[in-house]
Amino acid sequence: MFSRIITLVIKELQALLRDPQSRMILIMPVLLQLGLFPFAATLEVTNNTLAVFNEDNGKASFELIQRFAQAQAFSEMLMLYNEAEVREVIDNQQALLVIRFPADFSRKQAAGVSSNMQALLDGRRSNSGQIALGYIQQIVQAYNEENLRNKNQLSHANLIVRNRFNPNLDYVRHIVPSLVAIITTISVLIVTALSVAREREQGTFDQLLVSPLTPGMIMIGKTIPAMLVAMVQATIILLAGIFIYRIPFVGSFALLYTGMVFYILALAGFGLLISSFCNTQQQAFLGVFSFVMPTILLSGFVSPIENMPVWLQYLDWLNPLRHFIVIVKGVFLKDIGLFELLQSLWPLLVIATGTLAVANWMFRRQLG
Amino acid sequence: MRNPICWRRLRALCRKETLQILRDPSSHIIAFLLPILLLFIFGYGVNLDSTALRVGLVLEDTGPEARHFAENLYGSPYLQITTGLNRQQMEQAMTAGMVKGYVVVPIDFGEKLKRPNDLASVFVITDGAEPNTASFVENYVRGVWSDWLQQRAAEHGEAPPVEISIDSRFWFNASAESRNYIIPGSITIIMTVIGTLLTSLVVAREWERGTMEALLASPMTRTELLLSKLLPYYVLGITSLFLCVAVSVWFLAVPFRGSLLVLWGIGTLFLASSLGLGLLLSTLLRNQFNAAQAALNAAFLPALMLSGFVYEIRSMPTVIQAFTYLIPARYFVTAIQTIFQAGNVWPIIVSSGLFLLLASVFFIGLAALKTRRRLD
Repeated sequence: MFSRIITLVIKELQALLRDPQSRMILIMPVLLQLGLFPFAATLEVTNNTLAVFNEDNGKASFELIQRFAQAQAFSEMLMLYNEAEVREVIDNQQALLVIRFPADFSRKQAAGVSSNMQALLDGRRSNSGQIALGYIQQIVQAYNEENLRNKNQLSHANLIVRNRFNPNLDYVRHIVPSLVAIITTISVLIVTALSVAREREQGTFDQLLVSPLTPGMIMIGKTIPAMLVAMVQATIILLAGIFIYRIPFVGSFALLYTGMVFYILALAGFGLLISSFCNTQQQAFLGVFSFVMPTILLSGFVSPIENMPVWLQYLDWLNPLRHFIVIVKGVFLKDIGLFELLQSLWPLLVIATGTLAVANWMFRRQLG
Repeated sequence: MRNPICWRRLRALCRKETLQILRDPSSHIIAFLLPILLLFIFGYGVNLDSTALRVGLVLEDTGPEARHFAENLYGSPYLQITTGLNRQQMEQAMTAGMVKGYVVVPIDFGEKLKRPNDLASVFVITDGAEPNTASFVENYVRGVWSDWLQQRAAEHGEAPPVEISIDSRFWFNASAESRNYIIPGSITIIMTVIGTLLTSLVVAREWERGTMEALLASPMTRTELLLSKLLPYYVLGITSLFLCVAVSVWFLAVPFRGSLLVLWGIGTLFLASSLGLGLLLSTLLRNQFNAAQAALNAAFLPALMLSGFVYEIRSMPTVIQAFTYLIPARYFVTAIQTIFQAGNVWPIIVSSGLFLLLASVFFIGLAALKTRRRLD
């Protein structure tokens, strides 16, 4: 029985790696995403344009503008001189935000009265706007505190913020571990679903079914190559994350790979399930695509799961990627132990059992 | 030279193509079901606005000042506070992802506040593994903190400190909801999938099965061939575009301030460039699997990552920023977000339109060139 499975695995690997074009297809996306995602997928705000409409021209506004110009978030400064320009700059997205100092700004400051400045933001980029506004607020707050200290008005209380696991809120540390999970997802699904669909399209699936191999053995034979490919790809990204992107790996490799095996089983279940509905490669590809998109978008990689409506959060429990991202990030950045791992591992186990059982049933039914 | 278009033949070819679309269930799924599914996922699932962040609180000091600050934290609509016994417990909860950060009021907080020469600190620890959420935790807690300081000053009968405050206003999107720009942006992704992925699969299939050779051997001209592939899928794509707009406006309540006519024009140009790219890839690769993979990497991923619809282009490294100028999706995202939220802002619409026109001519022209070569 084992020798039969091994023969099938070898055959599958040969089919996968035979011609240079297919080898390219397995490695290119990994390299492309590894080179692109960590730089592109960032919600940070840096090098943006700040526009200033200063109706005041006093000391305080001048001082603040100087400080804004030094912030990392802004590399470019536009000076505006009338209302029409303010509208134009925002409409045409020439600046992320416009700061406006009213005419009495510095006068009020000097007279010891609280004063107001306006921040106008582009609602088409409200997330970046909010982050940029956060920077502006920090600068203004620091300025306030300095002033108060000079006048001895400062309340002697302060707020100290520390970012655990990622002191500088570096996006790469969020993206690369997530990428390990995402790449695994895409390749396992493509390898399992498309290899079955290709055999169906070419008529060789029937030959497999009439061979002494049981549907269970065929499924194992399709899952193991996918597992090998995915683990190699995941390892490449892991190593690149540690050695090229210099992200400290604080957890245990054993826990990570344990989690990965369960995750791949859960995915292979979905891949085989999709393939059991498809007769052609085109259908299988579209099936995989329709499954992968929601899986990635709802995994917590793009936006936090807590921000979703509650019913969707419950539904999302079925999303294996959601659990695996927690595992990868947990092991990579937070050094989680076995107990925390189990909290994400048992859902994967349940999903894997469920999908593999249904896929097995579908294959058996097609045999009958 | 003979007439490049014989209308009767073109009509017949378009009819054949349309029948093929109508017959194949997978094109229905990709043109109508998938767009709706994606719109709802982007509408409900992809939300960057953290409204009820789970944040822990450790009150080591239980004096009146600390309790007052805690009450303010509980009162914040943006924070959902869980009280913990000690730092260690909260640290564990944060490691497990149960809270996104925690606030610690140290045991000597009240004491230090009383002493004028001491500095009383409150600590905020955030989960840096999720950087965007971490910065929101910081911003929200800072907001509560400065409110508390002002209240405290007022209650102690001190004159409120002279401060500069910021009035912020989000134009076009007063409540700063990320879905208002993510949903229009996601229509770009959907159009890319229909335009590039579907065409690349369909045309590659014709090559794979040898029916393309049969078509090329018939008296039809190259223009007719290209138009017969472009027109039916264009109709499919533009129908899907307006379906998406209808769903966004009526079901997802996204404001639409521009004109449908302008959107139709820009949408046409973007679809033309996507269809052209799809045709080009399938003509070059002539294999369904590889064409689909190439379409994913050449059209879909850039549309998702480099179009600026979620990720800020200005924050990317200069090389990647320069590269985004070559991506048609970037222009369509800008245009459609503007048409939805800001209305018809002509400088943006005209410049995006021009680039999309250029991209369409480029891709369709290249596809035409490659098609002729196969005839030799």
